[in-house]
Amino acid sequence: MFDNSNIIVGLEIGTSKVCAVVGESREGGTDPAKVGLNIIGLGQARSRGVRKGELVDTQQAEEDVRNAIVEAEQMADVEIRSVYLGVTGGHIRGFNNRGVHPVVSADREITDDDVRDVIKNAKAINLPTENSVVHAIRQHFFVDGQDGVTNPVGMLGSRLEVDMHVVHGNTNRLQNAIRLVKGMQLEVDEIVFNGLASSLALLSNEQKELGALVIDIGGGTTDYVVYTDGVIKHTGVLAVGGDHVSNDLAYGLKVPLSRAEKLKLEHGSALADDAAKGRTVTITNELGLPLKTVNIEHLRRIMSLRLEEIFLLIAQDLDQLGLLDYLRAGVFLCGGGARVPHIAKLAEPILQMPVSLGQTNSVSGLKSALGQPEFVTGIGLAKFGSFKARKREGRPSLTQGIKGALGRFLQRS
Amino acid sequence: MPLVIWILAFFGHQGFVIRHWQCAKNMKAKIQDGTKVSVVPRSRTIRIFGVGGAGVQLLDLVIGGEFTGASFAVIDTDGPSLAASPAPVKIQLETKLLRGLGTGGDPERGRALAEEQFSTLKTACEGATVVFILAGLGGGAGSGISSVLARAAKESGALVLAFVTLPFACEGNRRQQQAQQGLGELKAVADGVICLPNQKTFKLIDENTSVLDTFRITGGLLLESVRGVWRLLTRRGLIQIHFDDLRALVHDRHSESVFACIEAAGVARSREIVEKLLAHPLLDEGRALAEADAVLVSLMGGKDLTMTEVNRVMEQISRQCEQAQIIMGAAVDETLKNRLCVTVIAAKNAVSNAEAPETFECADVSASRSAGRRHVAAIPTHQPSPPPLNLEQREQMITRRGGHVRKPGSKMLQAQLPLAIISKGRFDKSEPTIHKGEDLDIPTYIRRGVALN
Repeated sequence: MFDNSNIIVGLEIGTSKVCAVVGESREGGTDPAKVGLNIIGLGQARSRGVRKGELVDTQQAEEDVRNAIVEAEQMADVEIRSVYLGVTGGHIRGFNNRGVHPVVSADREITDDDVRDVIKNAKAINLPTENSVVHAIRQHFFVDGQDGVTNPVGMLGSRLEVDMHVVHGNTNRLQNAIRLVKGMQLEVDEIVFNGLASSLALLSNEQKELGALVIDIGGGTTDYVVYTDGVIKHTGVLAVGGDHVSNDLAYGLKVPLSRAEKLKLEHGSALADDAAKGRTVTITNELGLPLKTVNIEHLRRIMSLRLEEIFLLIAQDLDQLGLLDYLRAGVFLCGGGARVPHIAKLAEPILQMPVSLGQTNSVSGLKSALGQPEFVTGIGLAKFGSFKARKREGRPSLTQGIKGALGRFLQRS
Repeated sequence: MPLVIWILAFFGHQGFVIRHWQCAKNMKAKIQDGTKVSVVPRSRTIRIFGVGGAGVQLLDLVIGGEFTGASFAVIDTDGPSLAASPAPVKIQLETKLLRGLGTGGDPERGRALAEEQFSTLKTACEGATVVFILAGLGGGAGSGISSVLARAAKESGALVLAFVTLPFACEGNRRQQQAQQGLGELKAVADGVICLPNQKTFKLIDENTSVLDTFRITGGLLLESVRGVWRLLTRRGLIQIHFDDLRALVHDRHSESVFACIEAAGVARSREIVEKLLAHPLLDEGRALAEADAVLVSLMGGKDLTMTEVNRVMEQISRQCEQAQIIMGAAVDETLKNRLCVTVIAAKNAVSNAEAPETFECADVSASRSAGRRHVAAIPTHQPSPPPLNLEQREQMITRRGGHVRKPGSKMLQAQLPLAIISKGRFDKSEPTIHKGEDLDIPTYIRRGVALN
């Protein structure tokens, strides 16, 4: 309870729900199988202050976040002090950038300093003033044009280049979520793009190496991330999600939104197949009196068209970048939208590759949370945190660093 | 004194006749040339007429296109516009009364002139199996002459397809009415009318498009459609669309056909084609397909055209128009390389169709207002067999359409009227999600024009 050092919390303020995942990073020593994340707590609340992945009502959102955090604290029996905060929204964009650095040392050997410099160069990007960087992820190094170098230190070369994938978004909108969390006496360790978090939770290293696409169909947005050769090649956000499906149904079937939501969950399907032909369902009011008859075929056709469009837009985007041919591991779906029956069957002909529901990877703990596509992002956020924490452990802390430097200094004198 | 006038008039007339006789002779020579060379593989003579100022300009574009084997002719009342045209055959309809000033925007004058020269027009159409008429409706010459020309062509045994533009809304009520009336007359006579309301091209242009460019765009669209039909008729097909298929589709239906010709290249071209098709302004974003009762699809690709692509495009199209009879053809044209070109003609039956309401209002108004003038339009010299409608029936038909519009099929279309305000429900107040100009917050099925019935 009192030792919070290895407690990692992922907080996702989504459009349909707020979800806090408490994870405990296991210290398995050198055994890689034991190093991982153990989920020990989960808290969630219906979200009311978010549309299309972005805050529209801070007060309500604050209340929802508080409920989720409290529930997670109770379940995990820990005190949450800091969170890894997931962000999304139509304003978030990803692009690739390249940094160049000439190796100047006499023997032409690439040193750690050269690597640091080239990464710094790659991070110097011309963004619009109102935007800021969410992630800058290293892809591959190039030494004198030689492709695919993962660690150039110690190699000989005269010109070092690096490709970075940069995810950026509107600063004010990103700050809104951060301020909301900070206002509740919680620290924000880092903000993480939701799509990235989901992909971390789902993909194994092997799948990243083969090339994979993760599509997270959330309530308000659909986030997607492309991995090839083990690195992130592309990220994107489509501000269309499950909310749109419900809204389409409400409009098309002429029922209230809440009823449309319910119909979607009970009778929805991604395929308007023959089985639905002519079937109807009667909706009743709270007294059991029939109100309206809804045609299941129409319901499914409306849903199918909307979902089809989402996949089509993603396929178009990837096609433009020529990435569709590199996804040998296939497509992995998560998010609440992945629950729609037959959705993989709908997506397969559009993306023209195997589509499956993602399974969380190298995470243990609460079985109830691990199998659910909705919690993938939250789990991924915690996993992101655990990676960061491990990196930090590897690096000497500030005090240790000063001590060491002083020691060296004293020794020398 | 009266004698002098008579003599003058006689000579004037003589001069006129002689000029036209020469014209006709010229044309006959041309036609013979055409048959000798026989560039058109299926030995079909296609003659393309540009009628009126706009028609002449459209024909300029067409002549610049790849229409080998067609013969071209322009008809106008205005001398200077004819003189500027590169068309080999120029027919100027003129009498002393006009003093070389054209029709002055009055279709009645254009029509009267054309009726007067009916035999000349008929000679001009002789020998052609298919006659294309290009015209801009709304003015005097285009609206007045084209229907008479269509009748002349039909009497000489040709299939008549008219490609016409309707004026912009800002051009004023009178032109709009004249255009609607001209369109109605043309529909009654021609085998098929492909009609491009200029107003629709507003969707294609932005703030900075100049007037010149705008007219170039409308011209380009019309040219596309001419080219599409042209390809349909002349290129050898793997799955052939016979000439009779086209004829069956447009012949005697007295229908308005809408039309789209789309090209795409690259790996995902079949998908792109379908998308472009569904977003095509002439097809009312795919709505026209849903309303059509007969659809003709012609796919044309390079040697690499795959069956899967053909299948994918056809699947999507047939999904769009479930009620329609679909005729499809596929052909290989080596010059297309990796491009895929699809031509779609959707015909709706004029009586049972439901057109955009504003068009009907116009047609209605023009019909009732100009009922008096109308007789000039339909002077039934000797009624040809294909349009077996006399004046009364025709008028009845036009007026009845106005009254009928709300009954048949209107239930199905209610959600698709362009003027209906589509509520975005819970996204009403949030920032819209615009992707390539499409508002994704509007339900997909509405944007795609999928009818739920």
